[in-house]
Amino acid sequence: MTDNEVRKLVLDIIHDIAPDEDLSDVKADVRLRDQLDLDSMDFLDIVMELRKRHQIEVPEDDYMELSTLDGCVTYLSPKFNGKATA
Amino acid sequence: MHYEVVIIGAGMSGLAAGVRLAHFGRRVLIVEKHTVWGGLNSFYKKGGHHFDVGLHAVTNWLRPGYRGPRVPLQRIYRQLRIKPEQFALEPQTQSSVRFDDARLRFTNDLEVLQSEVRALFPQQIDGFMRLCARCATYPEAKADTPFVSTRQVLAEYLSDPLLIDMLLCPLMFYGSAMQEDLDFEQFIILFNSIYREGFCRPQRGVKQILEVLIDKYEAAGGQMRRRCAVQSIVVKDGLVNELVLSTGDSVTADVVLSSAGLVETWNLRSDVEYNDMQQHAGQLAFTENLWVLDKDPKDLGFDDCVTFFNKGPKFRWSAPEEPVDLSSGVICVPGNYAHAEPLDRHLIRATHLANPRTWFEADEPQYRGTKQHYIEGSLQTVSDFAQDLTPHVVYTDGFTPRTVTHFTGHENGAVYGSPHKLKTGQTGVDNLFLCGTDQGFVGIVGAMLSGIAMANQYGLTTKGAA
Repeated sequence: MTDNEVRKLVLDIIHDIAPDEDLSDVKADVRLRDQLDLDSMDFLDIVMELRKRHQIEVPEDDYMELSTLDGCVTYLSPKFNGKATA
Repeated sequence: MHYEVVIIGAGMSGLAAGVRLAHFGRRVLIVEKHTVWGGLNSFYKKGGHHFDVGLHAVTNWLRPGYRGPRVPLQRIYRQLRIKPEQFALEPQTQSSVRFDDARLRFTNDLEVLQSEVRALFPQQIDGFMRLCARCATYPEAKADTPFVSTRQVLAEYLSDPLLIDMLLCPLMFYGSAMQEDLDFEQFIILFNSIYREGFCRPQRGVKQILEVLIDKYEAAGGQMRRRCAVQSIVVKDGLVNELVLSTGDSVTADVVLSSAGLVETWNLRSDVEYNDMQQHAGQLAFTENLWVLDKDPKDLGFDDCVTFFNKGPKFRWSAPEEPVDLSSGVICVPGNYAHAEPLDRHLIRATHLANPRTWFEADEPQYRGTKQHYIEGSLQTVSDFAQDLTPHVVYTDGFTPRTVTHFTGHENGAVYGSPHKLKTGQTGVDNLFLCGTDQGFVGIVGAMLSGIAMANQYGLTTKGAA
């Protein structure tokens, strides 16, 4: 999975959770919560959607890694690619 | 059959919980004892007319383009993955609090209420503005905050007892399970829900909301059994072992969420011999009357969506001695909401506090006679506000506390449940939790939030797979 594909995947989830948010200008290195109206309940839903759609587990201690899009890519890519080679 | 979660009751909290759980792939069953869903916010058909059971107003109106701190309806839309146009909520035009000597109008713009207070109670406006500021944010949902008397807190801001009672009147009716006073956290929630955010109504009434929830639930694989009451919650070794159903079979579950109510759930538990929650049974019940008219109520002088009224020197929020307390109540005209399409019936509704005992103890002829007497009395009371409605009535129906208990199982017909809430939803049985009215929030929005919160906390874990 390319970095762009991972980014798109995460944005798709965010779009589902917060359909009224404009995602066209999201900066990859800025905290998502500083650019979008997302709170901790929404973040929990992002984690649960990752499990539901992609069978990816994110332990509570790792939630911090997902705070920016770049962080999501860094953290999630190995998990996606790990799946592919399993 | 085994389920991951069984939900008792297909009312607003049960359905919302079901939607959350089914969306994330939990194997869920909702059991509902009535033939139709909705619980305290159900619907029925009589005399060729469709009526909503509990709906005067949906609170927490979310105006399009709202930006700001998260508010309840946003939470609900997001958590249930619902688009606003699905509920089709349309705002109120105006409502009023009408006491003998004063009328306060309010809309979904808090500034209107503020100018009404400024005009009618000029000495109180500074205190009132400070009170509005005090209520600006919702309290954090914390489990064990001690009770704080709202009347005591209000005395720090307002000194006119009439204004205090007028402000409390709608909040009590929408609603407080506790008599005379309420917890200040609850006051803030209700103040924001009613005065700051405001009222709205779905174009097609409560069915509009219920259909969205049911469709989502079933599309996600959720299962439902109606005409299926729980007869016993069998508890063994501190856990729910099985649920015995009125249909003659049983189901098992990892987790049970009960929206039946505190006292009612304890009554079902096999491990409870003496129901020590019975003392906490809700005492505040209502009668509700509905009249279909041959003319638009607005043309007959009723221009509010909702009128909260009190006649006489003091506003008492307590179980009345008489079967119905006609001195106070709520009048609702659904047609006055800013609906895109006019409603297909001219309807006016009135609600009053009622004494549950007299309704449950009456024999059949007494019951019918008393009901008729108070429906007529209620119509007179409503008519006092504008003109005699009697010549315009096309159809009449009404329900009493007994009606509510019969269809929902909630004791005493107490629609706001017990004054003793289990804020955490925990019952002491490790896999049995309450949701709905007795977990803490009332009304349609409150019930949905409760179902969502309890489903999130006890039915979904983010650690590990299902």
